[in-house]
Amino acid sequence: MFYREAGDFKTSYTADSQTFPIKFDRYRYYVVLAVAFGIIPFIINDYWANALLLPFLIYAIAAIGLNVLVGYCGQVSLGTGGFMAVGAYACYKLMTAFPDVSMFIHVILAGGITAFVGVLFGLPSLRIKGFYLAVATLAAQFFLVWLFNRVPWFYNYSASGQINAPERDVFGIIITGPNAPAWATYLFCLIFLTLCAILARNLTRGTMGRKWMAIRDMDIAAEIIGVNPLKAKLTAFAVSSFFVGIAGALFFAVYLGAVEVGEVFGIQKSFLVLFMVIIGGLGSIFGSFAGAAFLVLLPVVLKVVGVDVLGWPTDIVAHLQLVIVGALIIMFLILEPHGLAQLWRVAKEKLRLWPFPH
Amino acid sequence: MLDNSEGYVTEDGRKIGGVVMEMKNITLRFGGVVAIKDISFDIREGEIRAIIGPNGAGKSSMLNVISGFYVPQEGEVWFHGSKRPQMRPFEVAQQGIARTFQNIALFEGMSVLDNVMTGRLSFMKTNMLQQALWKGKAEAEETENREAVEKVIDFLEIQHIRKTPVSRLPYGLKKRVELARALAAEPKLLLLDEPMAGMNVEEKEDMSRFILDVNDEFGTTIALIEHDMGVVMDLSDRVVVMDYGKKIGDGTPDEVRNNQEVIDAYLGVSHD
Repeated sequence: MFYREAGDFKTSYTADSQTFPIKFDRYRYYVVLAVAFGIIPFIINDYWANALLLPFLIYAIAAIGLNVLVGYCGQVSLGTGGFMAVGAYACYKLMTAFPDVSMFIHVILAGGITAFVGVLFGLPSLRIKGFYLAVATLAAQFFLVWLFNRVPWFYNYSASGQINAPERDVFGIIITGPNAPAWATYLFCLIFLTLCAILARNLTRGTMGRKWMAIRDMDIAAEIIGVNPLKAKLTAFAVSSFFVGIAGALFFAVYLGAVEVGEVFGIQKSFLVLFMVIIGGLGSIFGSFAGAAFLVLLPVVLKVVGVDVLGWPTDIVAHLQLVIVGALIIMFLILEPHGLAQLWRVAKEKLRLWPFPH
Repeated sequence: MLDNSEGYVTEDGRKIGGVVMEMKNITLRFGGVVAIKDISFDIREGEIRAIIGPNGAGKSSMLNVISGFYVPQEGEVWFHGSKRPQMRPFEVAQQGIARTFQNIALFEGMSVLDNVMTGRLSFMKTNMLQQALWKGKAEAEETENREAVEKVIDFLEIQHIRKTPVSRLPYGLKKRVELARALAAEPKLLLLDEPMAGMNVEEKEDMSRFILDVNDEFGTTIALIEHDMGVVMDLSDRVVVMDYGKKIGDGTPDEVRNNQEVIDAYLGVSHD
């Protein structure tokens, strides 16, 4: 009943091209922001932060990044894990080399360094497409993990070969290390997610986004109407890797605190983020959120239902979880290949006419 | 009258200017196949120039040479009085040459509006940082170009499908959206590759009207490939006829229609 465009007249092109053209959507967005920033930090505890909120926020950033590349620009990448590792190690090196600089700057710089590495590994995309490009990015994944494993300079010659996040603060509030309060880590990640989402949305709705989508939909036609394919693809790799690098830095410094690169940033991480993007919806910022929420929430929900409600043994639930998540992914791809975002769009179109379907 | 003048006036009173684009002795080979053999012709400012010929004559290849998609082995392309160096297609586009394709090349995943907006790419000057921040320069640029795009949308009467994803449109409308995208670029030279292929009579009439209107209102120079002889002869000021990669005729529709070689190769004789 409330979900109506009727009466919501646009009188300027600016108003027509805003992110949430429908009033109800706009208000819902403000409410979500208010809850996320104003309420959750006060009621959050360690369990909620570590099991749900932090992974959701961080994966959402990574998914937005990958979505820019795969969903908007159509360049398949299996190197997400490797690029997250670049972000994590860049952040680690910066944290240890410049202990007095704010974490905000470290994380952003880590994103910048990852963007640079992303562009390097994006160069093959100028000649190859599709599966072949996927294989090329796979090479990036294995090479980067190997590099961080084998070159001691990256982990500061520590005996274990791991990297550990030292305690760092922002304006006097500790946000890394074991003593960081849950609300602070949550807010830190939330700020990055909000900024990344807004930046990604602005880029994708304007000229840059149209160039990317033109390359995705028909690269030959794109070139003939004046898109420089080299620039368009490489900027997509840069922007995507920037977000993925930020996600990697946060994943290491704020969420895990200690990282063994092969375990944390292996190929399964690349696939996980890719699944999020596919399940959430290619070419949709909202889809990145939905996909991240789905794949972070699902295992937790299954565990709660299996162990706490039904009282099954933990190991059986853990295995069942894998089976169910896998089955759900397949089901999703068959029933709605355009992901949760498409379901959402269809629901919105129905709601618009509700309760009179014609 | 056509040859050495700085322009001429058509029967219906349109002024045709000097030579905008000149193809000089173009030869294009794919391995052993000679697609275009030593062809020269020119396109004058403000005229509608048709390229006709049987299938496989090299018409589309010719258009691809003009739009920079193929690089001819021999010959020169002169644009606005200077020899054009070898260019990538996107650079050619930035010079003010827009085109449509024989089998529609729209961006299926985008709305009609976004598709037409891509035609404005060469007018977009903001950098990535400004776009990421949106407020300010990028937003102003977007609005400004949206206004220009809305004029084209209005002109081609596709207001009602502005926000529809292109993939949902019927064939005839897609052709029109593709024309809109090319027009949004405000081209100096517009290349149309079979704009009326696969259309019914009514749609052909609409499209013909749009082509004439574009030429009339914006003074756009148009080069088109078309198989419907009725349309070609009615619309165009001058016609190039190709067959097996060679030029076999060039002139006004009347001259071409009475050229024996053209009749033998392509037009045929009526049996009534």
